[in-house]
Amino acid sequence: MRVILFLLRKEFVQIFRNRMFLPMIFAMPLVQLLVLPLAANYEMKNIVAVVVDHDRSMVSQQLVEKIAASGYFRIHAYPTSFDEAFSLIEGDRGDLILEIPKDFESRLIERGGSSVFIAVNAINGIKASLGGAYLRQILTSFSSELRERQMPVAAFPPLPLIRLKTSVRFNPIMSYRHFMVPGFLVLLVTIISTYMCGLHAVKEKENGSIEQINVSPVKKYQFILGKLIPFWILGVVVFSLGLFVVARWVYGILPVGSLLLLYAYLLLYLVAMLGLGLLVSTYCHTQQQVMFTMFFFMMIFILMSGLFTPIESMPRWAYLIACCSPITYFTEVARMVILKGSDFSHLHIHIGMMSFFALLFNSWAVINYKKTL
Amino acid sequence: MIENDKTPWDINCRCVSKRYGSVQALSSVSFSVRKGELFGLIGPDGAGKTTLFRILSTLMLADEGSAEVNGLHVVKDYVEIRKRIGYMPGRFSLYQDLSVEENLNFFAALFATTVEENYDLIRDIYVQIEPFRKRRAGKLSGGMKQKLALCCALIHRPVVLLLDEPTTGVDVVSRREFWDMLKRLKEQNISILVSTPYMDEARLCDRIALMQSGRILSVETPQHIIEKYSDKLYALRTADMARLICDVQQMDCVESCFAFGEYLHLTFSDDDQAACLVLLDYLKKKGHQDVVCHPIVPSIEDCFIKLMR
Repeated sequence: MRVILFLLRKEFVQIFRNRMFLPMIFAMPLVQLLVLPLAANYEMKNIVAVVVDHDRSMVSQQLVEKIAASGYFRIHAYPTSFDEAFSLIEGDRGDLILEIPKDFESRLIERGGSSVFIAVNAINGIKASLGGAYLRQILTSFSSELRERQMPVAAFPPLPLIRLKTSVRFNPIMSYRHFMVPGFLVLLVTIISTYMCGLHAVKEKENGSIEQINVSPVKKYQFILGKLIPFWILGVVVFSLGLFVVARWVYGILPVGSLLLLYAYLLLYLVAMLGLGLLVSTYCHTQQQVMFTMFFFMMIFILMSGLFTPIESMPRWAYLIACCSPITYFTEVARMVILKGSDFSHLHIHIGMMSFFALLFNSWAVINYKKTL
Repeated sequence: MIENDKTPWDINCRCVSKRYGSVQALSSVSFSVRKGELFGLIGPDGAGKTTLFRILSTLMLADEGSAEVNGLHVVKDYVEIRKRIGYMPGRFSLYQDLSVEENLNFFAALFATTVEENYDLIRDIYVQIEPFRKRRAGKLSGGMKQKLALCCALIHRPVVLLLDEPTTGVDVVSRREFWDMLKRLKEQNISILVSTPYMDEARLCDRIALMQSGRILSVETPQHIIEKYSDKLYALRTADMARLICDVQQMDCVESCFAFGEYLHLTFSDDDQAACLVLLDYLKKKGHQDVVCHPIVPSIEDCFIKLMR
């Protein structure tokens, strides 16, 4: 115990003495948490629409105005032919084409119906499907407005209609940020703790000081605890800063669930991820190698963690990989506890899996850290 | 290699071998260090000195053979050995971002002791670096670093000191100071195994082992090694040294010829006196001027070069 205390004191002196370390540990997560949720947004705005209006009537004018007023679209140009419009798409100066036929208004009035043509650039799949859907929604509401105007309500019995009443739970204003902030919190804690722990541990190898430790009576577990505990503490500090300062004051997110549960899970998660950092460092000899190896794991873990895309919609094999990533579980837990208020009974699987990861990574790291190099 | 001496050994190596892939780093190395002895391992880079140190300091396992340090087996009793040895690796391996003082206190704490408790042992060395005790270890000069490393290796009062090339890359004055310290430590009855690529340091040891390509060529006192040098050695110089080497090497009567500073060191294959005269005559014919040639006492380096052949 005494030895661990001396090791800890040494680690903290080294961490706080490193001029790059502290700003990186605190500024990076805070700045990223401020920037990323605001920038990463699945709501599509500024879809560039190109309108080919062959009709040039009152009604077509109203339709175009309604589209422009929706806030989703920016009408870029009014070319006179479809080919002209298509060349704009080809030049990447438009996302979709709306073609209004010549007798649009007259057909609407005389025959009670008309059609328009929509062509969507689907290079960006999300943009294409969302843009198309928004445009369809606008067209539908435009046509029902038209109908109401043309046929006075009193004259006919009301048409049978199913009205939808939606109640949005846990994120009532459907804010994308509410969904992303807990995820980014997890991401930042992960990067800080895992990278730093791995880098810090391998530094001993790089400058040879591990030899001096190895010829001393310090035991394996003492050395490893000396590396884990400082970053365990720093991880909690960074997470708290993110949760109580940025999430609360900038995004107004207050955890609904139990803080105790959230922190208990955070501690367990940090043990697992720090173990991964140590494990990588036992296989590497330089900080550069650690960076590369970590980057490889982190890319896969993060992109497949359900942070950006739901893991349920991944193909089966990818879903299975996602289930092997500790980040997946903590991202879920953070969202469940912070947004939904889930309690202990909902998290059995998450806790079980994380304990397994913690045990696996750490015991592997201890076994692989050889005192006789 | 076992000598008829009643003194117990502090280091005992028996037929130690180690191989890295296709490179035989050590082949059947055997030697012993007496208690309180200052024992030198002399040899060029790549002779296997560091490997030997790593095996003795329990950092590495030997492929074959066995070794004991202070009567303890390096594999079975490694925990106990680590408490009793002070190891100073060839590469500076203290914490560069901690100060002199912090490094020393840290290593004392690891061995469950304090700097005050063993201050008498390191005082002579520590006073020299004390003015810089607040400075980070990474910012010290080479000689200072080695002194600090020696302090850290001594802070737990080891019985055996293993020093791997402690003076490599250190200036001449610091090197001399360092060896003076080793002599004082020897008086404290600490056994010291030290390696060096510098031949001039060899004569400061009680006994030396000459190593090359993973083998020990001989173990002797420096005096003995020189006495055992059987040939007569001559030093030769002229005004034009570059041409001299080529000319001398063409002579049949010259057995060996090496450049040593401003002289060539020569041995002759047979009758020295006659051969020497023949050589001088030959050089005169070749037009060499200012020819100086006289017999000299061989140095350790001469002995080493001879052994290497």
